[in-house]
Amino acid sequence: MISVNRNGEVWVFAEQHDGKLEDIGLELLGRARMLGDKLGVKVGAVLIGNKIKALAEKLCQYGADNIYVIEHPQLEHYQTNSYGKVICDLIHKHQPQIMIYGASACGRDLAPRIASAIKAGLTADCTDLQIGDHENKAEGTVHKNLLLQIRPAFGGNIIATIINYDRWPQMATVREGVMPMPTPDPKRKGQIIAEKIEIDKNDLPIEILREHKREKKVNLKASRIVVAGGAGVGSKDNFKLVWELANALGAAPGATRAAVDLGFIDRDHQIGQTGTTVRPSLYIAIGISGAIQHQAGMSDSQKIIAINNDPTAPIFDVAHYKIVGDLNDVVPKMIKAIKARV
Amino acid sequence: MAYNCVVAIKQVPDTKRITGQAMNDDGTVNRGALPAVFNPEDLNALELALQIKDKFGGKVTVITMGLPAATEVLRQAIYRGADDAILITDRRAGASDTLATSYILSCAVKKLDYDIVLCGRQAIDGDTAQVGPQLAEKLGIPQITYIEELLTVEDHHVSARRNIGNGWQEVKCKLPVLMTVVDEANFPRVPAAKMLMKFKKAKTPIEIQTQLKKDNPTASDAELKQFADMKINELKQQNLLFKQWDLDTIGADLKWCGRDGSPTKVHRIQSVVLTARESKTVDATDGGISDMIHELISDKTIS
Repeated sequence: MISVNRNGEVWVFAEQHDGKLEDIGLELLGRARMLGDKLGVKVGAVLIGNKIKALAEKLCQYGADNIYVIEHPQLEHYQTNSYGKVICDLIHKHQPQIMIYGASACGRDLAPRIASAIKAGLTADCTDLQIGDHENKAEGTVHKNLLLQIRPAFGGNIIATIINYDRWPQMATVREGVMPMPTPDPKRKGQIIAEKIEIDKNDLPIEILREHKREKKVNLKASRIVVAGGAGVGSKDNFKLVWELANALGAAPGATRAAVDLGFIDRDHQIGQTGTTVRPSLYIAIGISGAIQHQAGMSDSQKIIAINNDPTAPIFDVAHYKIVGDLNDVVPKMIKAIKARV
Repeated sequence: MAYNCVVAIKQVPDTKRITGQAMNDDGTVNRGALPAVFNPEDLNALELALQIKDKFGGKVTVITMGLPAATEVLRQAIYRGADDAILITDRRAGASDTLATSYILSCAVKKLDYDIVLCGRQAIDGDTAQVGPQLAEKLGIPQITYIEELLTVEDHHVSARRNIGNGWQEVKCKLPVLMTVVDEANFPRVPAAKMLMKFKKAKTPIEIQTQLKKDNPTASDAELKQFADMKINELKQQNLLFKQWDLDTIGADLKWCGRDGSPTKVHRIQSVVLTARESKTVDATDGGISDMIHELISDKTIS
């Protein structure tokens, strides 16, 4: 761990694979910029890999002031130990006050390993990050300008704000899509700081035998309209109603975690705190009760239609159009109305 | 070649069946008021360990940290075929965050003879997926996260296929290693009737003490202790006593345990209060739905 360092930068782990930056790192830079400006400190991006220096410029454009570039042939492929060692060394050297990771498969593998090694705190899957003060009434102390790590917890019954005021850096992971993608500024300039690092055999305990990457089955983030189904849809067979309505609208089909867990649809379609966050022009929620973790992934949609046979379902609190009724009756009527206009 | 597995398991509140009093006033979880279950992916981790044992031999030890009631998940694991079970329970371990929890678990696991440590990918009460990787770091061993299929265990190496979100990766690693397991990995076996009959009376010492106190409210502390020691001894003779360790047993440094050992603190807990936004109620009739669709077309939401 490092001690409280008010001049420390706000850092983002700029995840890249095969020489391509992941969206999540760029999204996080947008929020890091806001936090850095509020604290009056610089924003740093940590870029690790082999022959990846050319990516640094893009990180500047998305809001980074300092790009810490660590290049090494042995760092070509992500490994927990090697990447973890690099980041731990950099944290000790530069003492950032905040470090944010994407809650991707890679980020969720890496961040806790680092947290353990440097004995710092880590909050997973934050849905918001802000700066604020914490008053400790028992001690009569006020800790100013902490990172407020905000996340739904405990089955979505509560929203918890987590802080760490003594053992820094303050670290958090955030899912892809939670933070809006910032607009790049092609004129923005930053400083590239090349860091030297020794990697030995002990840092590479894993041998990667084979790898298969596939495209996601659906691009929820890029869709103007999302039609999502929940457990209330009832069965995988009945989920075809969701697909049919989505097809009629040229929309992407989505689902709640419950619907995914029940096997109605592939996990790629999951929307919510532990899935994708979407902000479409229109979101149609079918048979979705509206747990807070699901709302975290869709409540910023411009228009929301909710269809549920339970008039007290929480989804109706965020809906612009409420339809209380049987989805087996309502959805076909919607498809009919949409088809009727053409 | 036999391999010894340690499986870290957790009893979790069933987040799908939560009542209003889930939280204490200080923002911590009121575990007593909730139905408790075996964390689902920990069952997948246990199943994987049992498969390794079935194939290669060796011993499966389950370990959990929690309140005395968490003994139930140990029994559930024993019914399924685990060989040994350990409860870590200590008031001073309360309010531990993931960092303190992984430290305490690491102190316990270090006392065991292991080749492979297994954990569920994440627990449903927090969904953080942090304790596995943190435990691996504290043990100083590599980690393979999100295992969906174990491929080989041979020549003191393990190879496995892991889910990397947008695909999969097959990796190989020398033992010892920590693996976290996802629910796609297998179908956990159900308790075996024979084992259930044999071990349903198995207990931890603290369960015995708590039960005796409840059954004999007027007994003195000395009497209770005498009864408890007798009963504990009896179960031990029958091989029905689970190990119970506290922070002293495992030699944990209190500085890294419980609230003091937890860098993350709760700043604020808000109940979810949903404020309704301006909305229209649409009749579930052809007319009502058609009007809504037309409105969305005219404001260009639907093109």
